[in-house]
Amino acid sequence: MSEFLQFSFSGITVGAVYAMVALGFTIIYNASDVINFAQGEFVMLGGMCTVFLAAAGIPMPLAALLAVIITAGVGAALNKLAIEQARDASVVNLIIITIGVSVFLRGIAQVIFDKQLHRLPAFSGEQPIMIGGAALLPQSLWVLGGAGLLVVTLYHFFRRTLIGKAILAVAQNRLAARLVGINIGMVMLSSFALSAAIGALAGILITPITLTSYDVGTMLALKGFAAAMLGGMGNPVGAVVGGLLLGIAEAMGAGYISSDYKDAVAFLIILAVLFFLPQGLLGARHRERV
Amino acid sequence: MTRSFMGLRSVIAGAALIAAAASWAVEAAADIKIGSVLAVTGRASFLGDPEDKTLKMYVDQINAAGGLLGQKIQLIVYDSAGDAEKARTFATRLIEEDGIIAMVGGSSTGETMAMLPLFEEAKIPFISLAGGIVIIEPVKPYVFKTPHTDRMACQKIYADMTARGISKIGLISGSGGFEKSMRAECMNVAKASGIEILADETYGPQDNDMTPQLTNIRNTAGIQAVLNPGFGQGPAIVTANYKQLGITVPLYQSHGVASRKYIELAGDASEGVRLPASALLIAENLPDDDPQKPVVVSYKQAFETKWNEPVSTFGGHAYDGLFILVEAIKRANSLEPSKIRDEIENTKGFMGTAGLVNMSPSDHLGLDLTAFRMLEIIKGDWTLVK
Repeated sequence: MSEFLQFSFSGITVGAVYAMVALGFTIIYNASDVINFAQGEFVMLGGMCTVFLAAAGIPMPLAALLAVIITAGVGAALNKLAIEQARDASVVNLIIITIGVSVFLRGIAQVIFDKQLHRLPAFSGEQPIMIGGAALLPQSLWVLGGAGLLVVTLYHFFRRTLIGKAILAVAQNRLAARLVGINIGMVMLSSFALSAAIGALAGILITPITLTSYDVGTMLALKGFAAAMLGGMGNPVGAVVGGLLLGIAEAMGAGYISSDYKDAVAFLIILAVLFFLPQGLLGARHRERV
Repeated sequence: MTRSFMGLRSVIAGAALIAAAASWAVEAAADIKIGSVLAVTGRASFLGDPEDKTLKMYVDQINAAGGLLGQKIQLIVYDSAGDAEKARTFATRLIEEDGIIAMVGGSSTGETMAMLPLFEEAKIPFISLAGGIVIIEPVKPYVFKTPHTDRMACQKIYADMTARGISKIGLISGSGGFEKSMRAECMNVAKASGIEILADETYGPQDNDMTPQLTNIRNTAGIQAVLNPGFGQGPAIVTANYKQLGITVPLYQSHGVASRKYIELAGDASEGVRLPASALLIAENLPDDDPQKPVVVSYKQAFETKWNEPVSTFGGHAYDGLFILVEAIKRANSLEPSKIRDEIENTKGFMGTAGLVNMSPSDHLGLDLTAFRMLEIIKGDWTLVK
């Protein structure tokens, strides 16, 4: 029993990381149907900026805040310099541009920061919380809490705020949105900045668990993307559910089957879900509007 | 008009290029060309970066002191970014276009194995900086290496375990090339060393949590110690998870994490962890009568003064490789690759950062177990286990 609990805790820890990354995909996808493959690099920038600002003597909370602002700026610049220039290109082309940006950001990070691994101290100590003979790191709760808070915020953002509604409107129908006076450029700009900020926040929260270096983004983006697909692309709740499911599947696979095949277990589940529910678990069922 | 202008420009450019190439060829003819392919960037950059810096620093030093056999050394370094395929392409370029007489490089076992057939075929000596025993076993005439093998690390660890009365252990290893190779070696020599492996778990190179694997090890009856062959972030996370789960039996890491970075990444959890490493790590703390002390202290100080970053054993491998080669060229008193090869094989009593090197036709590494020191992390610092 205690081992089942321990495997679950491991799954929750890893799953919360995936969920945080997956959440970052939501906004840009909602605004433009683009899957932003530079999302992992936003996560990396959040972690690395905090590490280096903190090392420069800036207190942690301020360093974290600055890291989020810097990364949001990078996100806005990405939109301004790369995406907006190609505004008439197809979604596939835009996705390829984001892959290019991801490679570019990784290269820049290598030069500006360094090629070493770094860590941040856990926010509330490293003393594990013992429940039923299983140990959970407090940092996992921070990540989970962060993900939960983001989901609630995003929910209200899309439902209650003008810019949130504008993003949804642009996603539904670009032309119609433009006709009713929505500034598409502004919507795109803010969605990239917001996504980047969410990515950075994820990076800061997960770095005490995952460590960070200039190239952590690639794998995190892949797993986060898988989690988002599993839960339903564009749905914040789906991102969290998908992330947790993926993490728990991996942990159970590692614990009960074989650590060699844990990734296979996770990917089998994703394949199965996408086979039978191509929109993901909580994705919007395709609706044909007349 | 425009077309003729373009034509003129390309003629000028072409002429300039030819001139540049010609002057380069003249200058190059007078140099001893030593090639290197290193993982200067990428995931294995923690190997290639200090190796690159070490080679450059000492080649400059040798040249400033008058060079070798009266000629300057020209060091040609290519960055493989840890990619074996790229490494092979660069090795071809070094052999065919640059015309090197010897090679010191190959940060990882994968890169080395990809490049090695080319050097065998071209009959150019190749001193590898990678750990895997497959590089020199079976012996290949033109291939040598400087770092300890993973088999020696396993034997050293097992000897320490036996001394502590430990005979039943759990193994948790990464799934990368280095880890896989060391895991296999540790399995191979376990029986002969009187060690029984009761649990054998693995994790992926990017995994963030190893508590399920460690839980399974903890729940295996009779485990007296855990060994984690690995490098990069994996061992740091294993160490943190180990503490998180409150496992009390001793934890052994491999020489793959023998750098200060590991202590920094694993934090307090690294307290009490033991690992085999080269003397370089505790250079200043070695007893004064240790014959290796002068070598490691001088390398450490030179590296740290020049690059302002902590020395790593990996850079030390490059130091050893370069100076084994330089000594061999001096003894051969010739730039003929086959003569240099013979002299590398004749290396005897060479004191490097990895230990005392005595090569022979059947041993292209030449180190024994004394080359490794058993270290324990106490109060965030390396301590020599007596």
